[in-house]
Amino acid sequence: MSAVFDVISPRIRPRPKPRLLNGVIPFVVLLAGLAIAPLMLTPYSTVMLMPALAFGIALLGMNLLFGYTGLLSFGNAMFLAVGAYVAAAATQAGVLHFELILIAAASLGGLFALAIGALCVRFTHIFFGMLTLAFGMLLHSFLFKFYNLTGGDQGMRVLRPMLLGQDWDMTATQFLSGPFYYYCLIVYVLLGLLTWRIVSSPLGLQLRAIRDNESKARYLGVRVYRLRLFAFVVSGVFGAIAGAMLGVSTGLADPELAYWPQSGNLIFMMILGGAGTFVGPGVGALIFVLLHEVLVSSTAYWRFMLGATLVFLVLVLPEGLIGTISNHLQRRVRGDAQ
Amino acid sequence: MQYANLFLAGLFQAAILFLVACGLQLIFGVQKVVNLACGSFYALGAFFAITAVGLLHQWQMPMIFLVPALVLSGVLVGTVGAPLELLLRPVYRRDPSYQLLLTFGLLLMFQDVFRFFWGAAPRSMDSSLYGIYGTIDISGLQIPVYNFLVIGASILIAMILGLSLKRTRIGRIVRATAENRNMTEALGVNSSKVFTMVFTLGCILGTVGGALVIPTSAASMTMAAELVVEAFAVVVIGGLGSMAGAAVGAIIVGLMRAFAVSLAPEVEILSIYLVVVVVLLIRPVGLFGRSAS
Repeated sequence: MSAVFDVISPRIRPRPKPRLLNGVIPFVVLLAGLAIAPLMLTPYSTVMLMPALAFGIALLGMNLLFGYTGLLSFGNAMFLAVGAYVAAAATQAGVLHFELILIAAASLGGLFALAIGALCVRFTHIFFGMLTLAFGMLLHSFLFKFYNLTGGDQGMRVLRPMLLGQDWDMTATQFLSGPFYYYCLIVYVLLGLLTWRIVSSPLGLQLRAIRDNESKARYLGVRVYRLRLFAFVVSGVFGAIAGAMLGVSTGLADPELAYWPQSGNLIFMMILGGAGTFVGPGVGALIFVLLHEVLVSSTAYWRFMLGATLVFLVLVLPEGLIGTISNHLQRRVRGDAQ
Repeated sequence: MQYANLFLAGLFQAAILFLVACGLQLIFGVQKVVNLACGSFYALGAFFAITAVGLLHQWQMPMIFLVPALVLSGVLVGTVGAPLELLLRPVYRRDPSYQLLLTFGLLLMFQDVFRFFWGAAPRSMDSSLYGIYGTIDISGLQIPVYNFLVIGASILIAMILGLSLKRTRIGRIVRATAENRNMTEALGVNSSKVFTMVFTLGCILGTVGGALVIPTSAASMTMAAELVVEAFAVVVIGGLGSMAGAAVGAIIVGLMRAFAVSLAPEVEILSIYLVVVVVLLIRPVGLFGRSAS
């Protein structure tokens, strides 16, 4: 009988779960690489690397939501915008302590995620994706149209914040490639460890159970709705923190941050590295940022190349770079054992 | 009387939106793929139509052929959907997330295809063509006949599509494939062929919609991403996979946009998404949707 069912419902197929390279060690290696990168790069190139840190932080949350819990959001860019606009509003109002800005951004991002998630996580798959996309566009059109409040398409300027209560007396490039880079890296480390703590706890196991089989998880007593909401809120908080960093590094909060293709880019990075592996999305963010820089400087048609890369990834390497390498290693290790 | 004008403008937008949303619904209904690239096909239709109308000028054709030429150009360029469907084949049985991603990749690629062939600046055609069919006087308002032709064409297409899905042999095969692909294959239907056909038809609906909008507004790089959110609003309000839903959703969104643009421009998109949220809260599967996926 089982053979017959296999023919009828080929959708039900165990997904290979990468185990090797899925621990916290590769993540530490990635962070170490990011830590020594400024020593070998010009300050200008280091500033180019900044978005990789910010996107990496946002992707920690998105990976928890998609890679571990199975919800693909097409609206997470809205949290980037929330963070960036908080940074803009705060610095313009004279609140320059970056710690306060991060806390404010995280709280507001969390509140947004809580309100929106309460509606959205009742749905899964395509409906969840479309709903989050709708809310993202709601925010985008608000930012775009309410000119008096948000500066419309001009956006809002983000002034240079104080780090640890200190005013850094240096040029913008020096500030961004020096103190600010390492500040963000430390935040990335802390949030990374927090996320690792979550995914390796029983809570993380419950999230994965929801991803793999919702009804079975429910039967086992997992509170599906609440945990999905939890994952969404985490992704919102992390997204807003990342947005505040992006706002400072570009000096601008503009509505394009909330535009839905930006969410698409976030997913792109996540899949590029490998969703569901812990380090994958961070690697994906780094490679995406580098790839983007190389393509933009070498061809006017970089979107085409990016799109083609994405199509190639989906068709040939759906597990992402880290997932594929990890599977390959696993197979070899198992082969040796037999 | 201002309202009558807005009402007709809304219906015109609804007619265009309906065509694109219809393509989206058709592809989702049969292939279970949400086509994020639907906006790109719409933009492709628009850009190609400008070239087509340019040719019409060059060949000294009478401009009375404007609407047939636009529809024809849309149908022609929409056939690029057939080779693109081959790309989708490997992901039909995978997680829907990958299907969204693949079509998002296509959307990115299309953006540069437009840039390559038509340049980055917005393109529009000779605006006098909009009035080529004259205007109708409705109690003091001059409404271009073109608007009525497009609304009529949209209704006609809807009827042909609906009838052929319900009554013809091929329509029955398409509906059966949508219901259960494996079973229809067991009965001897070449479902790959059905999928190619349906996807191409969905793309053609998008490109024809884009071609028909071109006499009234310019073709630009941003129109693809903008239309995606409107088309999504339509299908979410109407219910995924339902043709009647696409029609009702398109009318709601079209009218709301037309009224909001002139009465309260700040809340144009906001108002549409408020409707989306309300519909989802009251009836999660949409007005005409069947049970949730």
